[in-house]
Amino acid sequence: MSGTFVGMPAFPEAARTAVDDPTLRGNLRHATHTIRAKRASAVAELADWAELREAGRRIKDHTLRHLDRFLEQLEASVTAAGGTVHWAEDAEEANRIVAALVKETGESEVVKVKSMATQEIGLNEALQAEGIRAYETDLAELIVQLGKDRPSHILVPAIHRNRGEIRDIFTHEMAAWGRPAPEDLTDTPADLAEAARLHLREKFLRAKVGISGANFMVAETGTLVVVESEGNGRMCLTLPQTLISVVGIEKIVPTWRDLEVFLQTLPRSSTAERMNPYTSMWTGTSDEDGPRAFHLVLLDNGRTDTLADQIGRQALRCIRCSACLNVCPVYERAGGHAYGSVYPGPIGAILTPQLRGTASEIDASLPYASSLCGACYEVCPVAIDIPEVLVHLRERIVQGGPAVRHGNKVVLRPARGHAAERAAMRAAAWAFGHPGALRTGQRLAARSRRLHPRTLPGPGRAWSATRDLPAMPAEPFRDWWQRTHGGKDAK
Amino acid sequence: MNSRDRILGRVRRALADVPPHDGSYEEAVPRNYLREHGKRTLQETVDLLAENLADYRAIVHRTDTADLPHLITRLLAAHGSTEMLVPPELPASWTAAADPVRIHDRAELTPERMDRVASVVTGCAVAIAETGTLVLDGSPDQGRRRISLIPDHHICVVRVPSQVVASVPQALERLDPTSPLTWISGPSATSDIELNRVEGVHGPRTLEVILLDD
Repeated sequence: MSGTFVGMPAFPEAARTAVDDPTLRGNLRHATHTIRAKRASAVAELADWAELREAGRRIKDHTLRHLDRFLEQLEASVTAAGGTVHWAEDAEEANRIVAALVKETGESEVVKVKSMATQEIGLNEALQAEGIRAYETDLAELIVQLGKDRPSHILVPAIHRNRGEIRDIFTHEMAAWGRPAPEDLTDTPADLAEAARLHLREKFLRAKVGISGANFMVAETGTLVVVESEGNGRMCLTLPQTLISVVGIEKIVPTWRDLEVFLQTLPRSSTAERMNPYTSMWTGTSDEDGPRAFHLVLLDNGRTDTLADQIGRQALRCIRCSACLNVCPVYERAGGHAYGSVYPGPIGAILTPQLRGTASEIDASLPYASSLCGACYEVCPVAIDIPEVLVHLRERIVQGGPAVRHGNKVVLRPARGHAAERAAMRAAAWAFGHPGALRTGQRLAARSRRLHPRTLPGPGRAWSATRDLPAMPAEPFRDWWQRTHGGKDAK
Repeated sequence: MNSRDRILGRVRRALADVPPHDGSYEEAVPRNYLREHGKRTLQETVDLLAENLADYRAIVHRTDTADLPHLITRLLAAHGSTEMLVPPELPASWTAAADPVRIHDRAELTPERMDRVASVVTGCAVAIAETGTLVLDGSPDQGRRRISLIPDHHICVVRVPSQVVASVPQALERLDPTSPLTWISGPSATSDIELNRVEGVHGPRTLEVILLDD
């Protein structure tokens, strides 16, 4: 297993391999079913869930529709509170900024809080190339880092690993990174957590530079919010002398009061808790308490391109709770790696092709990684209509059309590999416009129905490999209608 | 043109469809959700806090001013602590009866030294009943964020009912965003192994909450 997503096969091939792995399927089924039931009861405790969800949607939509204004306000608030704001157009610029800031401190190692944004930009690899070692401190991220693995879930990146596998990774790999695992380490979760506590504590205590993302940034006050469970976040946010936070530009909320919505909906949606164990909020720097220097790196990396799509921009409302992954029948079977991105599952299927574009085979296949059942939309705490965006992106892939890439307007060409689909649709459009031809065709098809194959030939073979062709009726509907006067004469 | 201007320019072009008079933020966001869930007396709200704290494995005690020093003494002794961290202005009476050596939080105190202290005693700013949450805001009876993080045993005193609110919206109204805030709901935990909650990772593994009658 390699630690990169580059050159991944398209979703169907990657998913086929994953579905053939019974351990992986068992691990995922166990974990997603556990969390599904718990989430439902945590949500049911709040009688006003629908109102909170709608308020969350509206707050995020309003912010996105005036993002330029709120970004400028946030920059002013953070600066006034003693922070320094940097802007990064893409992953490469963000990595360069962070590496330069770490080098300015003279340090060669950093401790990291779990952050999707830094995963997205490949920060750890970029820092390594500059001679800086980044230690992941979230338990699941640690499992992924030690196992030279890739994350497969937004909230629990090591969800594909069971306790026995985790014990083996700790036993074999911890020594190369610092304090080795206890010799008699068992696979009980409490012992595994204890091993992580011992391994990481020395790193926390000596850390001079911390790197984080953020769940929310409040424009009016300049406050950043990190929501976590283990306390590794608190360690990284308060013990180092320098804190660097890399945050996507869509993470803004306008006011302090807006947190009252998301601090109720996020924990219940993500870990099914009334409240997560620890939440840290900080505004710039404080005397004596916490880092003396605070840098905020605001990351675009495809977000403004996504914003330019009037249907697709709702994906930017996402608060990364991962409820959509946990209910998705496709994710449950295919696992996170098949999505070829740090954002797997339903939200990844609409976010990745917008952030990265649909030029590669894997990215163009992602909007099809869904049965459109809509369970993701039901549980989304900010009401992202994921099926709507999936269909919209499929249309753009098949037909091509206008889009924005790297800030420039482009016209996408229809994707290769959909020629048969386009031909079928063109033929259907012609037939529906010519009633005489349609009638003749339908009668021919009905009379020859005993001769029809069970699977399609040629390019249709892949489609019918996993589906039954619809059965042809003995008589076309329109003939039946005329013969029976709409059923009135039928016995 | 620098990256800041380029990103802001891209945002503005991306939003070309948004009309100049798009409605205000106040109009855009309905606030018809509840300020608190259910009607409770002050006493019932305090009871709910105790229940939800315990549900997430905090150990809850209730006492009055007269007994508080003795309770703290017993808790420290039961944990076998010989030293305790204290914030700069913890009421002296709270720990007056306690044997362990008081280690006062000062800027010179290194994280390594703090790591050798078994217990910490702090106050809090607000407690939220519906979620079983304590919020610390760095006031002098709570100290720097790190002192309630590094020791493995945290004793937090909540004045009831004056510091208790029912809900998250009510808590935010009482808090000042310019202070560094730490929201604590139970001891350190993780759901990272098979999505099951396990208590005890990097923060204090034992959280004891004393509800002190005003």
